[in-house]
Amino acid sequence: MTPRRLADLWKAQTSFRKSSAFHRHVDRAFRYLTLACAATTLLLVGAILWNLIEHAWPSITKFGLGFVTSSQWNPVKSQYGAASSIYGTLVSTAIALILALPISLAIALFLTSYAPPWLAKIVGTCVELLAAIPSIIYGMWGLFVFAPYMQKTVQPMLAKLPGPLFDGAPLGVGMLTAGIILALMILPFLTAVMRDVFAMTPPVLMESAAGMGSTSWEVTRKISIPYGLRGLIGATFLGLGRAIGETMAVTFVIGNSHRISTSLFAPGNTIASTLANEFNEADSPLLEAALIELGLILFVITLIIQILAHLWLKNLQKRQAR
Amino acid sequence: MNVPAQEAPFETVRDVVVENPVISAQKLDFWYGQSQALFANDLDIAPRKVTAIIGPSGCGKSTHLRVYNRIFEQYRGQRAGGRVLLDGQDLLAPGTDSIALRRRIGMIFQKPTPFPMSIFENVAYGVRLHFSFSRKELERKVEESLRAAALWDEVKDLLHKPGTALSGGQQQRLCIARALAMSPDVLLMDEPTSAIDPVATARIEELVLQLKERLTVVIVTHNMQQAARISDHTAFFHLGRIIEFGATAKMFTNPSHPKTEEYITGRFG
Repeated sequence: MTPRRLADLWKAQTSFRKSSAFHRHVDRAFRYLTLACAATTLLLVGAILWNLIEHAWPSITKFGLGFVTSSQWNPVKSQYGAASSIYGTLVSTAIALILALPISLAIALFLTSYAPPWLAKIVGTCVELLAAIPSIIYGMWGLFVFAPYMQKTVQPMLAKLPGPLFDGAPLGVGMLTAGIILALMILPFLTAVMRDVFAMTPPVLMESAAGMGSTSWEVTRKISIPYGLRGLIGATFLGLGRAIGETMAVTFVIGNSHRISTSLFAPGNTIASTLANEFNEADSPLLEAALIELGLILFVITLIIQILAHLWLKNLQKRQAR
Repeated sequence: MNVPAQEAPFETVRDVVVENPVISAQKLDFWYGQSQALFANDLDIAPRKVTAIIGPSGCGKSTHLRVYNRIFEQYRGQRAGGRVLLDGQDLLAPGTDSIALRRRIGMIFQKPTPFPMSIFENVAYGVRLHFSFSRKELERKVEESLRAAALWDEVKDLLHKPGTALSGGQQQRLCIARALAMSPDVLLMDEPTSAIDPVATARIEELVLQLKERLTVVIVTHNMQQAARISDHTAFFHLGRIIEFGATAKMFTNPSHPKTEEYITGRFG
């Protein structure tokens, strides 16, 4: 390299240094921009919370804690309680998760470990398509096709089982039907996320377990599932989050009754379905406040679940550092 | 003389005869789908000795090793031809129980593969699969295996910590302990030190030398010094063929085949 070219190089470098001051400004501006965007979400959460509390205030002061414990919902006497909606929300979500979790786990495992690649591709695409179906379609299908089927075939069969869970008239619509529809709705979503989690297990780890004489089921149970446990729990909570706030599909098939019943055949309601049903006809300020308080409760339930999930994952991380 | 030179049939250069081999590969071919990776490999593995497999990248060393425990069967389109005798039985025969086979033939990989469980459970993993031990026997076996892998003193107070919390070299010794716990007859090692630092590598080499008192080791390595340090026999692979097989000391000082000499003197590979 000639001295001349070295000098050129040096010049080029110094000129870069001059311009780096400009780059620093851009860098800083960009950082503030991202900060502002992030702050907006915080602000939004705060604003929503504030708004909910403000508008629910008449109901909060009137009913106090009784709002959560009473299942009275009587617009004539202006008596409102959220217990049946809270109960319905939790029960329908629980049914959905109990049904959807094992099935989606099985589908995801089949897709990642057992299916030939061409089949995995086809089924995988179908799963993604299912996840994209709007919830109202599930609701209409649930009401017109699935509920009659439940009434004529499934519920009479379940009614033969002992215990209070399957007592009462087979109405078709009700808590169980809503739970099953919810399960169908979150199933493709859970499957898609779980499949991605399983696909992350390092092949050499599975090979190593197989190399010790594990069957494929043992590899799955002892290696793939523990390895992806955090992702699987994350997926579960995402599915739970979807089920808990689902409105349209549930409103169609849950029966919409403000009653708490031990039987899963009985009609019930959820927070979201109550809101969808009654908001249009909320003519008194107190009913409106009560409905908004329901929304506030849903907000708080979701928040609590998020926090619990977070703590659980953190605890798991501590125990299983990797 | 314009007669085209006819290619002589390929013949491996051999300067040792292995008595009573534990594993004997005979005319072993291997295919990845349509492409053939191994060509008529004949190789005898001597009992309680260390056999090193060396050769340039892509020469088929790992492929050859992965036939011994039939781990290649995990993947579609991979198949082997010929015979591999283990105690006189063809382990490629359809009737072979691959689970029992893999109890007898342990495998260590290039990267350490600690399972997502505690150190104790890692070592107990294979024992639980293949034996029904009482808790006491299991604990004894785990300790014995960790001692045999020269890891016990480092982890005896951490047995319930995750295996992944150990350093790379410790993880590799954990995998060796896990393999030893199944009381295998043969240990296959596929470049076991290429992902860990020199000090940890030295410890593992030392360990391999101790292990050959109780079992047979076949080690694939890129590191020719390593092969020279720890192995008794060496097989040199090139393009899916075994070019030369012989006593390590002889091969590294006085190779018989020109290709072997080129490789060990670093002229290619």
